[in-house]
Amino acid sequence: MTATAEIGKARLRKEDRHLVTGRSRFTDNMVLPGMLHLAMVRSPYAHAKITAIDTAAAKSSPGVMAVLTGADVAGEQGSLPNAWPITPDQKAPAHGAIAVEEVAFAGEVVAVIVARSAAAARDAVELVDVSYEELPVVMDLEEAFTDKVLAHTALESNLSATWVFDSAEAGTGSSVQDAIDNAEVLIERTLYQQRLIPAFMEPRSTVVDPTGEQITMWSATQIPHILRLMLALTLGIPESKVRVIAPDVGGGFGGKLQVTPEEVITVLAARHTGKPCKYTETRSESLQAGHHGRAQVQRLKLSARKDGTVTGLSVNLLADMGAYLGLVTSGIPILGAFMYNSIYKFPAYRFECHNIFTNKTWTDAYRGAGRPEATFAIERMMDELATELGMDPLAVREKNWIRHEEFPFTTVAGLEYDTGNYEAATAKAVDLFDYQGLRAEQKRRRDANDPVQLGIGVSTFTEMCGLAPSRVLGSLSYGAGGWEHAQVRVLPTGNIEVVTGSSAHGQGHETAWSQLVADRLGVPFENVEVLHGDTQISQRGLDTYGSRSLTVGGMAVLAAADKVIEKAKVVAAHLMEASEADIEFAAGSFTVKGTDQSTTLGEIALATFAAHNLPDGFEPNLDSDATFDPVNFSYPHGTHLAAIEVDTETGHVGILKYVCVDDVGVVVNPLLVEGQVHGGLAQGIAQALYEEAAYDDAGTLVTGSFVDYLVPSAPDLPHYITGRTETPATSNQLGAKGVGEAGTIASTPAIVNGVLDAVRHLGVRDIKMPCTPSRVWHALQDAKTTGGVQ
Amino acid sequence: MASSKTITVEVDGVEYTDDVEPRLLLVQYLRERLGKTGTLIGCDTTNCGACTVHLDGVSVKSCTMLAVQAAGHKVTTIEGMSRDGKLAPLQEAFHQCHALQCGFCTPGMIMQSASLLTENPHPSEAEIRDGLEGNLCRCTGYQNIVAAVKSVADGTVYDDSGVSATADETETAGVK
Amino acid sequence: MIPSAFDYAAPSTVEEALGLLAAADAAGDDVKLLAGGQSLLPVMKLRLADPSMVVDLGRVAGLSGVTDDGDSLLIGAMTPHHVVATDPLIARHVPLLAQAAATVADPQVRHRGTFGGALVHADPAGDLPAPVLATGATFMIAGPGGQRTVDAADFFEGYFTTAVAEGEILTAIRVPKYTGWGSHYEKFTRVAQQWSIVAVAAQVRVEGGTIAEARIGLTNMASTPLRATAVEAALAGGAATADAIAAAAAHAAEGTDPASDLNGDAAYRAHLAQVLTKRAVLAAVGL
Repeated sequence: MTATAEIGKARLRKEDRHLVTGRSRFTDNMVLPGMLHLAMVRSPYAHAKITAIDTAAAKSSPGVMAVLTGADVAGEQGSLPNAWPITPDQKAPAHGAIAVEEVAFAGEVVAVIVARSAAAARDAVELVDVSYEELPVVMDLEEAFTDKVLAHTALESNLSATWVFDSAEAGTGSSVQDAIDNAEVLIERTLYQQRLIPAFMEPRSTVVDPTGEQITMWSATQIPHILRLMLALTLGIPESKVRVIAPDVGGGFGGKLQVTPEEVITVLAARHTGKPCKYTETRSESLQAGHHGRAQVQRLKLSARKDGTVTGLSVNLLADMGAYLGLVTSGIPILGAFMYNSIYKFPAYRFECHNIFTNKTWTDAYRGAGRPEATFAIERMMDELATELGMDPLAVREKNWIRHEEFPFTTVAGLEYDTGNYEAATAKAVDLFDYQGLRAEQKRRRDANDPVQLGIGVSTFTEMCGLAPSRVLGSLSYGAGGWEHAQVRVLPTGNIEVVTGSSAHGQGHETAWSQLVADRLGVPFENVEVLHGDTQISQRGLDTYGSRSLTVGGMAVLAAADKVIEKAKVVAAHLMEASEADIEFAAGSFTVKGTDQSTTLGEIALATFAAHNLPDGFEPNLDSDATFDPVNFSYPHGTHLAAIEVDTETGHVGILKYVCVDDVGVVVNPLLVEGQVHGGLAQGIAQALYEEAAYDDAGTLVTGSFVDYLVPSAPDLPHYITGRTETPATSNQLGAKGVGEAGTIASTPAIVNGVLDAVRHLGVRDIKMPCTPSRVWHALQDAKTTGGVQ
Repeated sequence: MASSKTITVEVDGVEYTDDVEPRLLLVQYLRERLGKTGTLIGCDTTNCGACTVHLDGVSVKSCTMLAVQAAGHKVTTIEGMSRDGKLAPLQEAFHQCHALQCGFCTPGMIMQSASLLTENPHPSEAEIRDGLEGNLCRCTGYQNIVAAVKSVADGTVYDDSGVSATADETETAGVK
Repeated sequence: MIPSAFDYAAPSTVEEALGLLAAADAAGDDVKLLAGGQSLLPVMKLRLADPSMVVDLGRVAGLSGVTDDGDSLLIGAMTPHHVVATDPLIARHVPLLAQAAATVADPQVRHRGTFGGALVHADPAGDLPAPVLATGATFMIAGPGGQRTVDAADFFEGYFTTAVAEGEILTAIRVPKYTGWGSHYEKFTRVAQQWSIVAVAAQVRVEGGTIAEARIGLTNMASTPLRATAVEAALAGGAATADAIAAAAAHAAEGTDPASDLNGDAAYRAHLAQVLTKRAVLAAVGL
């Protein structure tokens, strides 16, 4: 790519003005005439049979218009979709939006109140008398795997599916068992990915208007297009009769990549009452019943030679589905399956995953979705190997990583990494971090037995982004493709409207897409308007997740813009009485080669609109559509370094310094990239230190509000030092790689490796996430009493 | 049914008189009765700060106050911050510093930042962070929010180029 | 997010408020006093509290503010945390309270939440009960039978329970001046906004290198705030040195009964009490 005016420019965002002035259009702001309000009656039990529901008192409560139970809608509610059956024999319970006979997690909806005000609806919740017969619960993942207690009475086992990748069978590598049998060094560990909650700031909200000839839904969703299709399939409504609008959406992070029971219920309520209906969840409901993420037990074996060369990696996962399979629940661990080998040249690899039901809220995508889990595991293991061999953790990585001259490189997991330069990113990070200086300080504190010990956490990572080549998704049994659609419309004034199927919820697509199109069509940035998030405006699309927007959606935008140019050339040639072959386009002008005769895109737009003088047979329209299906994933990578202080007296963990150097390929807008990195870091650090969705033995979520689910605030997080290297991707014409998930994926292992590096010499071998002060202190005490042997 | 109360309250410079149920929260009054939907609700336990407004010039969480308690007081919301079509300095700084992504925490962040700067016109970075401890953001990782508040305290004047003045700073740490 | 319906009254005098409480009691109403509301309203929104009547003290005259009263300060029960944290009289004579009040929740909550409200709420993890206990304050309580006073040592009766009976109103807290004492509030949390896991309030008077007197309060080490009397005894008359203070602080967990929860088990809290006591006292004596 040549440097251009717009690509790479730190444009301020077009989307900001209405958000900083309070003129926002979030779903809960919507009011429609005669609109009714919903409140959910939710099960307090994690597993129970519903033996009776008495709604009489609620129905006669002031303002209540309807009360619907599962029995009332059993014939019409269908089963919520799972779009990713990872094996042909995958088991899944039926999943009605409102439970009919049995509830399988605390918070599951058993009835809905529809009332004239939100207060009246809420008041009537108390009046619904549900009789339950409690059933045994299974909360622990490893216990669930034994099938001693079943999460669903209708299923014979808690095992949903087992999925295996073996490099020897796939022909992408050799046998792991051979590698383990012949290992000079074998590292075996079991690591735990705690359950997390996406905790987007805007609670989910849905408004459904059933008036007119179609159903219109406004929803706080990442996926208006997928939602429209799935609502149609679930409820048996023609797709053409459903319009979904995602107005301003207050964050998603995968948490709004879902077809929710509440969305279906709001449609049902609107259908039953004939009135517009609104449901907005409370934060407590959001934490309890919005899908969770992570939740895996990772049983790992890494074999190596004494010089640090890894010879094989075996991964055996238990993945907690929770009580149901949501939209892509079952596929989340599979998204990680190709990433455990990360940036390394492992010769042998085996991945086996058991998807297991428990009586908890179901899990699904959360920022990174499978890839943070994989990166955490391998980066922890590389540190363990370095410790075992007495090597510097960076040296053991360098020993194994793909050198920049070896790209393109086909990995043991079968992916072809197009480009990368791990040496450059690491060198830059080491430099920014003052690695040697901090190692010296670490030694000083160890020698002085300082109560505040220093650790250095290393994380080198890559991820597969740009979800996804449709053929690859097909080979993984995913129920849809991975393309993206765009339309570029040329208005009579020469202004441009860009319609994208990639629906933003904070990422800044309006700004970035404007830059892409301004650059390609040579029109002012200000003259480009980006439209998205309404299935009636953007008819085709696969929405926003998996760091796909720029590398897939952006490419579609560019392709559509190129088609506009081709069309406009025809008109330009006609108007200037030249041959089409002699027309050159640059900076918004069409010029007849070798002359000073030229016309602008704006002039052609007006001429096309007027249509008075167009070539014979030319359709008077410059608008163009394009659908882009990537041929490969993109592979951003980076090196993150964390200097961690551990107060050995209290167990408190502090971040002294955080440096990350990310290579996300060509950058369209450095401001947006920086913002994505910062936010990703905050969430990854939060997994390492603060957040955990914890349940008691009875199945109640004990972190059911922000009092206990600890989302960090400004004083809890450090100032991040960020840098970039730029190795353009070759899998798309822009050279971009994607940035939405990088910070989250890389930072968690960097922090935990740092914590362990600070206290490993005191005998601590592992600390479960989040590394709370209490856990760190107990680990130190245990190390004292056991002499470091556990 | 509890009897309603008549309240008179000044919001963003306009006096309103309304009958309200005692249980109506100030934030619900603002959103549902006055249509001031710029103030948002992010939690139910007084943690997230999305609903922050000013009551007689100091920041409060409008989800943790009854509308009846606001009777006779002056409330300022995010919608009352800009004057004559011109963004208030903090609004401009949040835009310039890319201190918002999804924008849901932004009204509360700006209102709390304004209160913070009233009480401490020249805060350190640490004081800014502490001053925002009651406002959660899930998108930005806070760094650009802190920078935006600092820039207002420092009296930074922005040009109207539409391009970030701070992006170069990140580039110094990067590699071209 | 929406509380149950309730009746509401906003009296303008203490007498009127007491009358409303008496009338509500007679009518069988479940009545709650609303001060700053920063703890009450969240539990009402979650419907963990469903009062049928709320009496708002926000419009009662004379309940807010700090006044100098000879050898003590009078702090009105409705004085917001923010005022306690920034009041010059408190800063001069009982800086411990200013420091502790500045750690309560977050700035918005400190603007609304009140000193007296937090004390009557008596959350074991709250940041004001232990410091107030350490100061040996006196609580001024108005009731149907007139004013009475309760010593801090007798005020905190149990988990969320104080000596303020139904039908009574805490009107002010009299705090002795500790002018010239060293003090420090050492709070330990996982994230800034969190309630204290454990915190320690220390006030120390040093004379010529010796600790003459020490008053130590513990937050969240039992269902009520506690005085660390064993530490106080061990410090008194001892040297104001790091070693002596550390040795005395080792007694901090004696007589405590901390809870176990996600933030730490009882053993961890017992350990934290010792570490934080050492740090609080060291800071109070300026080491």
